[in-house]
Amino acid sequence: MPLIEVVEVSHSYPQTTGRRQVLTGVSVTLSEHRIGVIGANGSGKSTFARLLNGLVLPDTGEVRVDGNDTRRRGRAVRRLVGFCFTDPDAQIVMPTVREDLVFGLRRRGLPGGEIAARVDRALADFGLAEHAHHPAHLLSGGQKQLLALASVLITDPALLIMDEPTTLLDLRNAAAVGEVVADLGQQVILLTHHLELLSGFDRVLVFDEGRIVCDDQPEAASTFYRQLMA
Amino acid sequence: MSVVAEYRPGTSLVHRAPAGLKLAVLAGLGIALVVAGGWWPSLVALAAVVGGYALAGFGARTVLGQVRQLLWVALLLAVAQLLLTGWRAAVGVVGALVTLVLAAGLVSLTTTMTELTDVLLWLLRPLERLGAPIERLALLLSLSVRSVPVIASLAAQVRDAQRARGLTASPRAFAVPLLVRSLRHAHALGEALLARGLDD
Repeated sequence: MPLIEVVEVSHSYPQTTGRRQVLTGVSVTLSEHRIGVIGANGSGKSTFARLLNGLVLPDTGEVRVDGNDTRRRGRAVRRLVGFCFTDPDAQIVMPTVREDLVFGLRRRGLPGGEIAARVDRALADFGLAEHAHHPAHLLSGGQKQLLALASVLITDPALLIMDEPTTLLDLRNAAAVGEVVADLGQQVILLTHHLELLSGFDRVLVFDEGRIVCDDQPEAASTFYRQLMA
Repeated sequence: MSVVAEYRPGTSLVHRAPAGLKLAVLAGLGIALVVAGGWWPSLVALAAVVGGYALAGFGARTVLGQVRQLLWVALLLAVAQLLLTGWRAAVGVVGALVTLVLAAGLVSLTTTMTELTDVLLWLLRPLERLGAPIERLALLLSLSVRSVPVIASLAAQVRDAQRARGLTASPRAFAVPLLVRSLRHAHALGEALLARGLDD
């Protein structure tokens, strides 16, 4: 599992007057297989996730993934880290299911035969084989999220970050995505409001007002979070 | 139906023909119809293209679906030509327009976006030496096609929200939220592309 080191990281975004502080002095080292991140909207957890693959660079402090500083070695970091967003429509970039799966592999310059084999395997693994040539926008919400997930995982990242992947899904589709996540061999960092998805996770971080306020086992962290929100 | 014909998988001769050949035939057909003109070349070309639909396994419904999108334009053009230049010119011009739209639709229906962008990349390759970002241009084409149904869905959401609040049709009340949502989508898409290694 890649070692993730976040050292004294602070970050702020510009707003109409001045800047809005979203993370303040966050330090944490993560090496577990499955890590959950929970917190209220605006607590800083999405910014924290984006720091881990270099989508956002810290104002101060350092983020390293497997020894690669996100500021200096962003390319290497993004090859290690896959990112799955809340809205699948915003991350499916090609018109058909198969083409979207092919997209990431072609960018990595893999030979055609290997691309076809990997795509066929992903289509089968994610239950999308019968939709391979269908327009992506005709898929259901759950199928779109599975396609988005498959398109990230097909490049075989060592770490997968998922930013509230089940927020827009109904219970059945959320469960389907949860089952896929539970079976992943990769290191996973899951940001979610669905606390039941964190059952069996190794570690859960609770964010509040830009700081990690709890770092514990899922049950204890969930209890802490519920009390915080009460 | 989308304004861009969506690829429909198949194994017909038209599906299997190289994308470059299909685009070359489409371009040649356009040039020929402009140069040759006339009512009968247009009708012959129209019959050939409709034959292409049959060869690709598409029925009359698909052909009519494609034509329906330019029905009003074709009718207006036909009336204007009839009044100004007579029936031969009307058949020639409207026939050429319908033929070319149908031919372009046939290419889209039988060719994947990956195949189309590969041809585009090949055509643009000489510009790469001048520093043109040709892969980005090809990606732009894919994203444009992919974004049509997404923006249509956003527009439907805005319309539904207006109706739910009892608002009457107002261009401003429709355009502003649609623009905001489209920009949000564009931002999220940019993040996703970066996360999937676009800049790598």
